[in-house]
Amino acid sequence: MKNSIGREIPEEILNGKKLYERPFSRDEEIVKAAPKVKPVNPYDSKLLGSIEEAIVKSGLKDGMTISFHHHFRAGDYILNMVVDTIAKLGIKDLTLASSSLSSVHAPLIEHIKNGVITKITTSGLRGGLAEDISKGLMKEPVIIRSHGGRARAIENGEIKIDVAFLGAPSSDEYGNASGSRGTANCGSLGYAKIDAQYADKVIIITDCLVDFPNMPASILQTNVDYVVKIDEIGDPAGIASGATRYTKNPKELLIAEYASKVITESGYFKDDFSFQTGTGGASLAVTRFLRDEMINKGIKAKFALGGITKPMVELLEEGLIKNIFDVQDFDLSAVDSISKNTNHYEIDSSFYANPHNKGCIANKLDVVVLSALEIDTDFNVNVMTGSDGVLRGASGGHCDTAACAKLTIIVTPLVRGRIPCVVDSVNTVITPGESIDVLVTELGIAINPRRLDLIEKFKNVKIPVYSIDELKEKAYKVLGTPDKIQYDDQVIAVVEYRDGSVIDVVRKIK
Amino acid sequence: MERLRRTMMFVPGSNPGMVKEAYIYGADSLMFDLEDAVAVTEKDAARFLVYNALKTIDYGTTELVVRINGLDTPFGRDDIEAMVRAGVDVIRLPKTERKEDIEEVEAVIEEVERKIGREVGSTKMMAAVESPIGVINAYQIASSSKRLIGIALGAEDYVTNMKTKRYPDGMELLGARTQIVIAARAAGIYALDTVYSNVDNEEGFRNEVELIKELGFDGKSVINPRQIKPVCEIFTPTAQEIKKSIDVKRAAQDALERGLGVISLNGKMIDKPIIERAERVLQLAAAAGVYEEVMENEK
Repeated sequence: MKNSIGREIPEEILNGKKLYERPFSRDEEIVKAAPKVKPVNPYDSKLLGSIEEAIVKSGLKDGMTISFHHHFRAGDYILNMVVDTIAKLGIKDLTLASSSLSSVHAPLIEHIKNGVITKITTSGLRGGLAEDISKGLMKEPVIIRSHGGRARAIENGEIKIDVAFLGAPSSDEYGNASGSRGTANCGSLGYAKIDAQYADKVIIITDCLVDFPNMPASILQTNVDYVVKIDEIGDPAGIASGATRYTKNPKELLIAEYASKVITESGYFKDDFSFQTGTGGASLAVTRFLRDEMINKGIKAKFALGGITKPMVELLEEGLIKNIFDVQDFDLSAVDSISKNTNHYEIDSSFYANPHNKGCIANKLDVVVLSALEIDTDFNVNVMTGSDGVLRGASGGHCDTAACAKLTIIVTPLVRGRIPCVVDSVNTVITPGESIDVLVTELGIAINPRRLDLIEKFKNVKIPVYSIDELKEKAYKVLGTPDKIQYDDQVIAVVEYRDGSVIDVVRKIK
Repeated sequence: MERLRRTMMFVPGSNPGMVKEAYIYGADSLMFDLEDAVAVTEKDAARFLVYNALKTIDYGTTELVVRINGLDTPFGRDDIEAMVRAGVDVIRLPKTERKEDIEEVEAVIEEVERKIGREVGSTKMMAAVESPIGVINAYQIASSSKRLIGIALGAEDYVTNMKTKRYPDGMELLGARTQIVIAARAAGIYALDTVYSNVDNEEGFRNEVELIKELGFDGKSVINPRQIKPVCEIFTPTAQEIKKSIDVKRAAQDALERGLGVISLNGKMIDKPIIERAERVLQLAAAAGVYEEVMENEK
């Protein structure tokens, strides 16, 4: 069966899911799921001696669903530690519903082989685990969900979390947990907040037990069943880098300069505008170029959104951004800011980008700058699979913010090494082309033909404008036409669009 | 003025990534280097790479220059043959010391042009002076061939020979720079300054570009795309300079129409050099894309 953007989706993987139609095509009423609650009474203690004790007390059984957050990124110790313990206890056939997975989670390969983990849903997959899954490690396809899509699936019960294991940089013995005030801080706990609200059992795991009350808290005691103190939750260096550095790469700077020009000339750059930029070199540099233009023209932003980095915090502290909505922090400046600046707000992933609540903040977004591994001549974007067809990325908030923002800009080099990034057809669609407005490369820009207004606007702007086919031709002329990736029939991952429909599948590589 | 040569960006001829996309940063000229930037073991590979890049890639209006190895090396002759065949705009000679160096290379270029049927004289040349004897012979070199479009200073070898080193104020190069600009002007060709190698010191770089502009150079050799913008900014006339030049041109036009021999503007006499300077300012402004805007603002 083909969905509306022509992607071949095997009927047997649908399992009641719908085929992707278009952004905002789902408007039915839903009933939110609710967690089971066992009351905690006066004199009850939540503090347990070990992860093993917490697993046993949680009542985790074969076939259940466990969840984790990815705020500790490449520094995470929690997930491996917990799954190792689960394996020792002989529990099998679990669904792993992590907000994302990275290369540090390669030990999961053994637990998948041993039958401890049999299903996975995640935003990202990288490293050895991703490679093995791409080669057909799992019988059940992984379900790739965006950050907004995951929040939606948890809220409507598509993901029913039995036990959430939530690492926290600090917590009191009653479960008031924070991303700050510990030794390995991550700032916002935006992804974990949803798990805490909807999981039947919530276990806080911390290495920094502080005096009650640990306030302000990201996760509140009313949602927490148990608290476990361990020696180390993660490697601080892998959780938040010391300082986000500005790129000196001339190609990234050129792309950033063009992207910044696209924003300032688009008509959306006016007082009280709102924006989100990513964390790649070019995206970060866009923030710096924008800063200069904001000062020149006396423009201030109403809010900035997203994963937060030092350049955003600097703009907040300079008064150029009035508010920051923060679902995740990437460096220590951002981590510091969230506990120090009163207009730097921690938000959960539903508030961030859930398409099926009563209005996420992404709905109010004017401009978003996003990256891409590949973009095709229909403007479809791939941020998930590499040119070899192997999973090596994350869906993240890509399709969420792209759908919502009034101006969605993709920044990518035209070629990376010997690989074209503008192609005939992307390996995997994460974000549909109808959500993308402008592509920015080092050679110039391409405007989505749907945006006649922007095409008209940029006729008089000093920036090279091409059609996306022309850009693709320029890449192919130098590099040649890439060979098609050889795939098997087996589906190893199902890509859900933010509304839960199936936008694409990833097949096993030969 | 034929064309702008404010920036000539050095690109190692052995680096495919840089060779294929160096033109996107807006340098007026690109200089693919087959000489010092390429290891002896990579000479053939670099020549092959640059040859194919010149044949394949659309560099738009960017002037394409290749610095060849000297004819006293085993590579010089092959470099010239390959580059002339590839249709390069300009062959740049390294370490030029006397006019015979130019003539020898010119003879090989002409031989190849005749062999492949390329118009004789269509391959241009430029010379890099990198030694005290080269500086002494600067005019002799600059006036040695009709193919020469410019003469450039290469400072590193020169300062070593002079028993000095590079200093922030540039005093050590003052003599050589002056000599080269004078030679270029006397021969009617372009003068290009040496590279500034500390890419991270933008202030030092800007100071040096201000200095060479003051001395009369047409442009600067750059080694990183980040150096292009500062050069263009410094070589772009200010709004005030442009306005003054427009006034001068109008006064000259007015005097011509009215048949006046003496041109005056605001009570001051304007002579030919002032008009020529005004024209050059407007050409630079137009090339930098700021001239039309000023005209429109005036209306």
